[in-house]
Amino acid sequence: MNKEAAEAYWKENISLILKLLVIWFVVSYGCGIIFIDELNAITFGGFKLGFWFAQQGAIYVFLVLIFVYAKKMEALEEKYDIHE
Amino acid sequence: MELQSLIYLFVGVSFALYIGIAIWSRAGTTKEFYIAGGGVHPIVNGMATGADWMSAASFISLAGIVSLKGSDGGAYLMGWTGGYVLLAMLLAPYLRKFGKFTVPDFVGDRYYSDFARTVAVICVIFISFTYVAGQMRGVGIVFSRFLQVDVNMGIYIGMGIVFIYAVLGGMKGVTYTQVAQYCVMIFAFTVPAIFLSLQVTETFLPQIGFGGTIPFQFDDGIRMIDSGTYLLHALDTSMTDLGFSMYTESHAGTWNVFMLTTALMLGTAGLPHVIVRFFTTPTVKGARISAGWALVFIAILYTQIPAVASFARINLIKNLQNVDYAKFVDGQIAGNDGHWFKNWESSGLIGWNDRNGDGKIQFASGKAFEGGKGKPKFAEGNGASGERMTSNPMPSHTASAEDMRANGKIINEIYIDRDIIVLANPEIAGLPNWVIAIIAAGGLAAALSTAAGLLLVISTSISHDLLGNVLMKDPKTGKSTLSEKAELLSARAAAVVAILVAGYLGIHPPGFVAQVVAFAFGLAAASFFPVIILGIFYKRMNKEGAIAGMLSGLIFTFSYIIYFVFMGGDKADYLWGIAPTGIGTIGMFLHFIVAIVVSKFTPPPPQEIQDLVENIRIPRGAGTATH
Repeated sequence: MNKEAAEAYWKENISLILKLLVIWFVVSYGCGIIFIDELNAITFGGFKLGFWFAQQGAIYVFLVLIFVYAKKMEALEEKYDIHE
Repeated sequence: MELQSLIYLFVGVSFALYIGIAIWSRAGTTKEFYIAGGGVHPIVNGMATGADWMSAASFISLAGIVSLKGSDGGAYLMGWTGGYVLLAMLLAPYLRKFGKFTVPDFVGDRYYSDFARTVAVICVIFISFTYVAGQMRGVGIVFSRFLQVDVNMGIYIGMGIVFIYAVLGGMKGVTYTQVAQYCVMIFAFTVPAIFLSLQVTETFLPQIGFGGTIPFQFDDGIRMIDSGTYLLHALDTSMTDLGFSMYTESHAGTWNVFMLTTALMLGTAGLPHVIVRFFTTPTVKGARISAGWALVFIAILYTQIPAVASFARINLIKNLQNVDYAKFVDGQIAGNDGHWFKNWESSGLIGWNDRNGDGKIQFASGKAFEGGKGKPKFAEGNGASGERMTSNPMPSHTASAEDMRANGKIINEIYIDRDIIVLANPEIAGLPNWVIAIIAAGGLAAALSTAAGLLLVISTSISHDLLGNVLMKDPKTGKSTLSEKAELLSARAAAVVAILVAGYLGIHPPGFVAQVVAFAFGLAAASFFPVIILGIFYKRMNKEGAIAGMLSGLIFTFSYIIYFVFMGGDKADYLWGIAPTGIGTIGMFLHFIVAIVVSKFTPPPPQEIQDLVENIRIPRGAGTATH
């Protein structure tokens, strides 16, 4: 593959990673640590929301993020014709 | 069947299974020994990664930590799962495309330096051994409590089992054994968790159950908690009554939780025995998906842990508060058989000090024993109710006035080692014998699977990286002078030595096993994570920058932990108030900054290295790994 295509592919990859890492940061550090006290004011069932994010929610979001990344990268590699 | 026979049966069958798999999947080549031939299906690899990753610490200790810390335990839950997001996006696919066997391979080749390679090898060996020591302690605890054999005997048996499948099977044997161990482990954790969830909240799934309500009322010693109260609310109320801090509120302070979470996440992403698992998938795509599957299998356990932690905490208060010790441990209290209490007291992991002399157990915050960090030092003989005597300085029968006010006049009388929470939970809740028996098999599976993965990384580092690529390298061709056969033999010999050293550490545990875990994560975060990320994402990074970065991150983190953990450094002197467990985060930043600054002032890497970086960014052409 030529240099321009390789650079364009890499750029798209990086921007996808950055977008997903923002979500990663918000659910774990944001909801589970920094704003945990504020979110704890909201409850559902027996859970306080901040507590739930720190002990459950963040893990579920992590899972979704990895599979979304894997899926999007597959499409990206098809687009640039560099899939295996 | 009797409990003891059931335990022997379950543990025996699981061990036979591991050995059977080892014989079926012997490794014949170095490639099979190091990376299982590179053709492991992503789901299978994910499962093996899960078992590799979830150690005795995850299985045995983590629920205890969360139970003790409440909300702040989230740092461990998020830290030890969030790293997989980083692995999937920033490390695994590129390292897979790079296509060698080990992390020092990458560091040495990318930075065209055998010095960098040697530093990496030393880190790998140090990180992995500190980790192995912890696993061996886990094996020892399970054996001594459940199989009623001597702890040392237990470690010999454990070493023997690992020896068979790691030395014979290499990565191939370890991978398939880990799949079996994952199944044993997850079954052993989930079954009691479901039982507990049904019992404590009448909900099938623990993940949902711990947001539910309790179907029973109980006396926390201060007040009656009604049935129909939300479990977490009941915990908050009774813990406040007893002078503990609220279960669902954060106390450690945002800053320290932040630092600890980061060190654990980056440490996870930088641990060599985890990274190497992604060399075993057939494709780059497979490496990404495999990280996802690994997290699926880990999350099945990790989302249950906080639920089990809260069930355990409420059961402790409900079952222990104000019960008559002699009747309790003799099983005379209906629906609350206390034989477990006596058993763990015999193992020295529970202690009772009848400070007010009423013959009943009281549970509240504060230390039950004076001196020795509040741990009981058991002595000969028994007290008035039959409890074990201790040689701790005799505390006055009344606690300090301050303690009394804080705990609503309840003086704490018990010491419970947090490591027993998971193991004792089914007994505390009075679950059937076979449920208790599988916990023993599960704990062993967790410890052995991780120990094997670590031992393999150690032996590979010695035979492949140190012997093959540094010491026995032909200076002219730059290739290893070891033949395939000799390298395989040396890998097996190194595995044998590593097992013996690990066994020695298990039998003569250094007194600081718990603290050294901070080392493993801190050093991985401060050394491997930045050096690999820079190697992939920053083409301009050169050998000078990488070496300076690695050394500064390592030396800083290492000295900080040594000073504050082992040399009695004063808490007041913490850098920005950061505890040693979280200092790896600062080490990581330091590494990045030093590496980038130094690389700016030194020549760029040669063209072929820049081409190599371009190449690992593109998935196509990821053949199987080569020498």
